[in-house]
Amino acid sequence: MSKLDGWELVIGLEVHCELRTATKLFCGCPNMFGDEPNTNVCPVCLGLPGSLPVINRQAVEFAMRIGAALNCSIEPSTFHRKNYFYPDMPKDYQVSQYDEPINVGGYLELPDGFRVGIERAHMEEDTGKTMHAGGDGRIHGSSHSLVDYNRSGVPLVEIVSAPDMRSSAQARAYVAELRAILVAIGASDGRMEEGSLRADANVSVRRPGEPLGTRCEIKNVNSLRSLGRSIEYEAARQVDLITAGEKVQQQTRHWDDANGRTITGRTKEEAEDYRYFLEPDLVPLAPDAAWITTVRGSLPALPAERRGRVAAAAGAEPASQAVVTVVDLELDDLVCAAVAAGADGRIALARASNEVAANVDAGRRLDAGAFASLVKLEAGGGLTATQAKTVLGELLETGGGDPAAIAAARGFEAMDSNALDATIDEIIAAHSDEWARYREGDPKMAGFFVGLVMKATQGKADGKAVNAALQDRLKPA
Amino acid sequence: MSLAANTALAIAAAVRSGATTARQVIEDHLAVVATRESELHACNLVMTDQALAAADAVDAAVARGEDPGPLAGVPVALKDNMCTRGVPTTCSSKILEGWTPPYDATVVERLRAAGAVAIAKTNLDEFAMGSSTENSAFGPTRNPHDPSRVPGGSSGGSAAAVAAGYAPLALGSDTGGSIRQPAALCGVVGMKPTYGAVSRYGLIAFASSLDQIGPFSNTVADAAALYEVIGGHDPRDTTSIDQPVAAVSAELGRGVEGLRVGVVQELSGEGIADDVAARVREATDALTAAGAKVGEVSVPACTFGLSAYYLIAPAEASSNLARYDGVRYGLRVDGEDITQMYTRTRTAGFGAEVKRRIMLGTYALSAGYYDAYYGKALKVRTLITRDFDAAYEQFDVLVSPTAPTTAFAFGAKTENPLAMYLSDVCTIPSNLAGHPAISVPFGTGDDGLPVGVQVLAPALGEAVMFRVAAALEAAAPGKAS
Repeated sequence: MSKLDGWELVIGLEVHCELRTATKLFCGCPNMFGDEPNTNVCPVCLGLPGSLPVINRQAVEFAMRIGAALNCSIEPSTFHRKNYFYPDMPKDYQVSQYDEPINVGGYLELPDGFRVGIERAHMEEDTGKTMHAGGDGRIHGSSHSLVDYNRSGVPLVEIVSAPDMRSSAQARAYVAELRAILVAIGASDGRMEEGSLRADANVSVRRPGEPLGTRCEIKNVNSLRSLGRSIEYEAARQVDLITAGEKVQQQTRHWDDANGRTITGRTKEEAEDYRYFLEPDLVPLAPDAAWITTVRGSLPALPAERRGRVAAAAGAEPASQAVVTVVDLELDDLVCAAVAAGADGRIALARASNEVAANVDAGRRLDAGAFASLVKLEAGGGLTATQAKTVLGELLETGGGDPAAIAAARGFEAMDSNALDATIDEIIAAHSDEWARYREGDPKMAGFFVGLVMKATQGKADGKAVNAALQDRLKPA
Repeated sequence: MSLAANTALAIAAAVRSGATTARQVIEDHLAVVATRESELHACNLVMTDQALAAADAVDAAVARGEDPGPLAGVPVALKDNMCTRGVPTTCSSKILEGWTPPYDATVVERLRAAGAVAIAKTNLDEFAMGSSTENSAFGPTRNPHDPSRVPGGSSGGSAAAVAAGYAPLALGSDTGGSIRQPAALCGVVGMKPTYGAVSRYGLIAFASSLDQIGPFSNTVADAAALYEVIGGHDPRDTTSIDQPVAAVSAELGRGVEGLRVGVVQELSGEGIADDVAARVREATDALTAAGAKVGEVSVPACTFGLSAYYLIAPAEASSNLARYDGVRYGLRVDGEDITQMYTRTRTAGFGAEVKRRIMLGTYALSAGYYDAYYGKALKVRTLITRDFDAAYEQFDVLVSPTAPTTAFAFGAKTENPLAMYLSDVCTIPSNLAGHPAISVPFGTGDDGLPVGVQVLAPALGEAVMFRVAAALEAAAPGKAS
């Protein structure tokens, strides 16, 4: 029985997405991750005296695409300055949208149909990156700090969900789905581990039906796994506090992945006053109706739509793991193409979500026609499942080819049942003790005999057929 | 005879025709600088070598038969808050110690393209905060008409440079009157364009929604010529207006026959010295004599202009000046940790007036105070624009004194910030509305020092404003000594 039984988690997420623009939000510097530090900089993104920002049209368009994909209303918007001192922020203020964001009021539908509200998705600039040197990487104990401003001014969209999620699994599903959408529309590379997608979680607990509890914000989460773990930990911490008669304090907490816990950050009382005011160096952003229509009309098929399509083609449930996997890995077109070419959808989905998914880079290069032929061969009984997997492995290595020719070259052909029966009888005759144990129901012996048959037939036999033939021999003649 | 007494247009004509060389022009002006600079301290930096090299380039262009530009060979003094590539730009602050911009401001590029020659970086109140140039970290500038008096500010160095003959042209920046007020006190022409008419790219920000770069000159025609060179859309400043600069020079000779001129009541009575008020009356009489229809007009919200300005400008300044933190450039005073480094750097690097305004602005934007201070000031700003719009339904231009008094003595107002702030009471409303305004010398006060008359116009009303300015110039009594 879990400590959380009888409690309801309330989770809202703030996801920061670095946009995949060619250049930064307010200047022409390349938006490149991992270059030599402080090479992609200019007077604007270094905040030099006298410099002024000019908004990047491509960044605005990506923000609008995100809004459209999340069913938001795309609105006229403004930028504010968020004022606070930090060395990786060259102007000591961040330009961010505040009370008039570009996207408001949408929703995201999870694969199981659950809808998470989107309160807003607004634009802002990223900061530089600080590295603490001469210690263990943390600020305490370091002798000095180094700042890389290559990231300074990189365009971000912050997507703020409503507090609609009720479990860590739901939160993970939300971020996974959001990530898939952002990648599908070209706005993000989706790399959480590199920080191009970053999630902060607002977590509170309550007894079902009661008013909302006090929330804590968890920062520094850089994988789906960490997100789930940190929410579970934080919820349990809050339940412990409440059970012990204490109060949860509103605060920011940092996720310590190595030790699996959240650590106190800033409390509400210590929260900075950011002194937001309208950024006087930028004019309001007012995309015209034609632009908005063009953006909405140019969205590619989103993951939900693609799941529906591949599920229908393969006769599977849209929320099934196989369907989610092939869409996540962008292998759904492979499956749909195979079905369109007349191949069996169920087998196509099984091969795509297992063998192809296990080697996804090769899978994306795989010739769709070859894949369809392979599935047809297997479905028609021309290849056993084991043989089909072997041929598929070779197709993945080479990127294509004729599955029938590969099977022939390997000597794969469906064994005729007379030959199989003869082989089985020979093996039984040679292993009478083991056969006796098989007859008595020793579970290990089935594998023993199937293995021997496979060895004798060099894998040409179908494992299911061998099992059936063995079972047949138990029946009274 | 030295070329230093000539107008910019006369110099440009002589250089373009080959009657003289840009080098000769620059040498003559540098000679004036050498004579007077030790007394006046109008400049933070005299760009002797760069100016002579630039002059030689202009002469070479003329020799090759190329068009050297409309301001060929004309020396221009630049307020030291405009970025000049490879030339230190200080804002007259210790905090920018050792910093050299890696780029030119748009106005500096446009001057060079027009053949003009930057001759000096001029002194200012630190970060353009002040009305006397006494707030410079490098010491005050003296008024060329009376070295015991201030030149006004914050562009006091640029105003003094033109008045003393260092250059026939200078650029200043005007956030609440910082071009027009020193122009009045130094007896030169000073103009603040419509907000967005001149690019702010490379102008080190004081209050971004109010700052505008504009010309100083000895004549209205020279100011018009300089405005035409620096104005017009700049894609690097998204607040710049997306249209070409108005051809104002062509308007100067059109006279004021039939123009409706309103005298702003709120800027004419209390607080305006009698001698200044008398010159303004004479100026409007002269306009009447020239055929204009002069009447009185009320712009009620102007009364609150000063109060609103001293919330909005410091609020923006508190944010604009945050970047001077010792991390990347300029002064750094080390500390035990980053907070102490910030504190020590900013304590040592900023002067008292800058600190006062940063604190004022920080307070005005703080949670719990925003609505009462900054928010209310923004409403006043809207009201001022609305009241001006109403006035411009009846009048083509408005007229007022530029400054309440002639140049005052050093130290007269340094102990009383509010008295100093009142120096800008007549100029601030144009900044809040984003409208153009120009100060034209018109006689002298009882002390023999120059008086300026201000002509205000609606947004993008530069053409009519310059027409009226030219008429005032033509009618003005002999220039101050």
